[in-house]
Amino acid sequence: MSARCAPKTSCRVPPILTLVHTSAALLATGSLAFVLWTGLEERGTALTFGVLIAVGELNRRSGPHVREAAPLGAAGALSYALLGESAGAPTHHGAAQVVTVVLAASLVGSVPHVGRGQGPLADQLARRVLTVGFAAVCFQPLYNQGTFAQWGGPAYALLLLALLSLTALCDAVLAAALAHSRTRWPFGPLLRDELRALLGIGSAVVATGAVMALAVAVAGLWALPVFSVPLLLTQLSVRRYAAVRCTYRQTIASLARATEIAGYTPAGHAHRVAALSREVGRDLGLSRPELTVLEYAALMHDIGQLSLVDPVPAGATASLPLAEQRRIALLGGAVVRQTGVDAAVAVVVERQADPCREQPLAARIVRAVNAYEEKARDAGPGGPLTALEELRLGTAGDYAPEVVEALARVLSRDCLTSPATG
Amino acid sequence: MEAVPARARAYVACVAVAALLCLLPLPAVRTPWWEVALLAALSAGCEQAAAHRRFAGTFYPVLLAGAFLLPPPAAALVALPGALLSPVEQRPRGLRRVWRAAQLTVGVWAAARVHGAMGGRDTVLASDFPYALVPAVVAVLVFCLVLSLLDGGILALAVGAPPTPFGQWGRIPVRRAWRGLFLRSLAPVAVHGLAGLMMAVLWRSPYGPVAALLVLLPMCVSWWVFAQYHRERAAHQATIRALVQAVDIKDEYTRGHSERVGQASMMIARELGMDDDRIEVLRFAGILHDVGKLGVPTRLLRKDGPLTPQERRIIELHPEYGHEMVRGISFLGEARAAVLHHHERLDGSGYPYGLTGGQIPESARVVAVADAFDAMTSTRSYRRARPVCAALEELERCAGSQFDPRMVTALVHALSRHGWHPAVTADEPGVPRPRPAVPGPTGARR
Repeated sequence: MSARCAPKTSCRVPPILTLVHTSAALLATGSLAFVLWTGLEERGTALTFGVLIAVGELNRRSGPHVREAAPLGAAGALSYALLGESAGAPTHHGAAQVVTVVLAASLVGSVPHVGRGQGPLADQLARRVLTVGFAAVCFQPLYNQGTFAQWGGPAYALLLLALLSLTALCDAVLAAALAHSRTRWPFGPLLRDELRALLGIGSAVVATGAVMALAVAVAGLWALPVFSVPLLLTQLSVRRYAAVRCTYRQTIASLARATEIAGYTPAGHAHRVAALSREVGRDLGLSRPELTVLEYAALMHDIGQLSLVDPVPAGATASLPLAEQRRIALLGGAVVRQTGVDAAVAVVVERQADPCREQPLAARIVRAVNAYEEKARDAGPGGPLTALEELRLGTAGDYAPEVVEALARVLSRDCLTSPATG
Repeated sequence: MEAVPARARAYVACVAVAALLCLLPLPAVRTPWWEVALLAALSAGCEQAAAHRRFAGTFYPVLLAGAFLLPPPAAALVALPGALLSPVEQRPRGLRRVWRAAQLTVGVWAAARVHGAMGGRDTVLASDFPYALVPAVVAVLVFCLVLSLLDGGILALAVGAPPTPFGQWGRIPVRRAWRGLFLRSLAPVAVHGLAGLMMAVLWRSPYGPVAALLVLLPMCVSWWVFAQYHRERAAHQATIRALVQAVDIKDEYTRGHSERVGQASMMIARELGMDDDRIEVLRFAGILHDVGKLGVPTRLLRKDGPLTPQERRIIELHPEYGHEMVRGISFLGEARAAVLHHHERLDGSGYPYGLTGGQIPESARVVAVADAFDAMTSTRSYRRARPVCAALEELERCAGSQFDPRMVTALVHALSRHGWHPAVTADEPGVPRPRPAVPGPTGARR
């Protein structure tokens, strides 16, 4: 399942990716050259922020369900970009120095991760360099010219907040564009997911970045360790949340395997249907929460068969009479309702055998993918194509045309022509 | 309101009077009223949001920021409206509100008093940094100490009475209760204290209260994520139960059996002095031990009539089926071994592998005893339930050959102390169907 969630790299590098990487590299080398030419201003401050960012990077956590992998690093970098004073004395570092320090600290902090062979490092670094560069270029030259000198205290705080929010928006667009070019998933839903994540941990990062810049301006560098603690706590909570989500997923997958062990469905069937449903759902532009509902429903779509006294041959429900299919679906919905999973999952399971015009989209997807999986499973080398053809012919009544088309796209794109690869 | 002892009421009244005494000098000090009003409104708003979204715990940063900014009586006043207005779910609501308000008022007053006496308010104003930390840390310690002393007092006076902070039952040694309360609350309050200090420093800085408000945002996000974590965990546990209910669909005879075995396993584990995480894992082991019956054909589980040896063999596959199902759930830990081995016997005559003595995992030995105990003491359609004492005698008779004597002794001790009150939620007395006298696939056979 997770293998499919992971971004796939194609052989031809998409133009957006090249553009982002090149501009990040240009910005980084330009800044580095400038700093080498002029030398570092206020080394103590630079070093402290560098250490903070590096520590944040060291605590980076990667995984398919983590939105902001290194919130402390991100907040530290942003606050350094917007730092105008330290303990009441004005600072003199420019945008070039900000980019250089952030880049160096991020590289140092990523060494252990690279050693363990984790993560597409280039994308994260490029994003970090570009967003921090954007914030610093917006703020530092104007500040050093004294443009903000006559702004009052509270107005200045609000200005920092507005700048950071703008930066976060740009970062979300950049992240969605990168994910889109890497995975070729539709851009709209990716951007929507990124923007939604901004409301959660993203807002904490933005607020912390602003507060750190202000607190250092008032209290000096002592404010950094004091204020890192709440953000570390947030990071810890996020991590525990991700962990419990992960075990939850494992439990649902085990529940799904109950029908396989009981001999009602062939081994791996629920898993394959879930993975393929997720791909189809993504192709149709479902959002992240909707995809989770779809995946859980696909995993548990056969659970109603447990209440049959005798197994259906090979678990092939698609060939049963419609009334029987509906009965099994309703029984499955009843089991799912007891599980405490989101009620939306139960609805999808319940309605998977309804005529497709009355079904919610997720139920249509589960129904079509399940039928495809059952038909293609034992049909030999030509099976997938024959199965797809049968679904197309049946679209008038049973299977939703747009879902079948999305399925065809996914299959041709990911070369999932053999179901055994699931 | 029936269960509140008079001494608990008197105690709450005393604390309330102390709180009023804290507020009494209010007219004498120079109070910055708009700051008090703003902080109180913030605090009350956070409380309301917390109750609305079912967050856990109180949101202290605003209260502590008040303690770092204001003179003691004014700081104490900040806590009052939020605590009095906060929605309370359990009865008696009035008493709980008064208790909460009084406790927080006294705590905040003490913290502000100590902070002020150490010159903390000046260090905050001058944002004099390493030194501003000292009074703040001491104030946080005092705040924590006062809260846990007051909580401990009510625990000691009236255990189980409504204002008890945790839903505890049974008597708790006073000293242990106090120490536990203090240590448990110290870490979260310390983090809230740091945020409160930052808030206070920024409040007094040129950037003013606007910047101070920004401090609250990451704290709120952290709090929200924490609540999400608890919600997800609850959903997860419900799902584990669903694994068991899936067995119930197939085999109606043993309804409620799994939950009760979980409870008995937990009692044994607690009696053996295991730590909390392990106790929880053993409860899951008990709940899930028969999950492999999902893999046994329904016809066989519901068969009316004696089982043939071949059918017995198929039923005896259920530990392996169960293990196959749960082995992918990593957090279950040693519970997975318990699912696989709960039908092993000490003398090696059990299944699936015929392990002997210490080869059998400890968790499996616990679940085996709990399973057999519940099988004997619950009513099955083919026989009446045996009384608890008869079941224990039977367990003791088989200790050494079938069961681990240590687990049997632990169960006997735990039952003599707490009694056996199985939760009967899922235990509906259905219409008994004829069932063969041949023992079913539970641990009751001998």
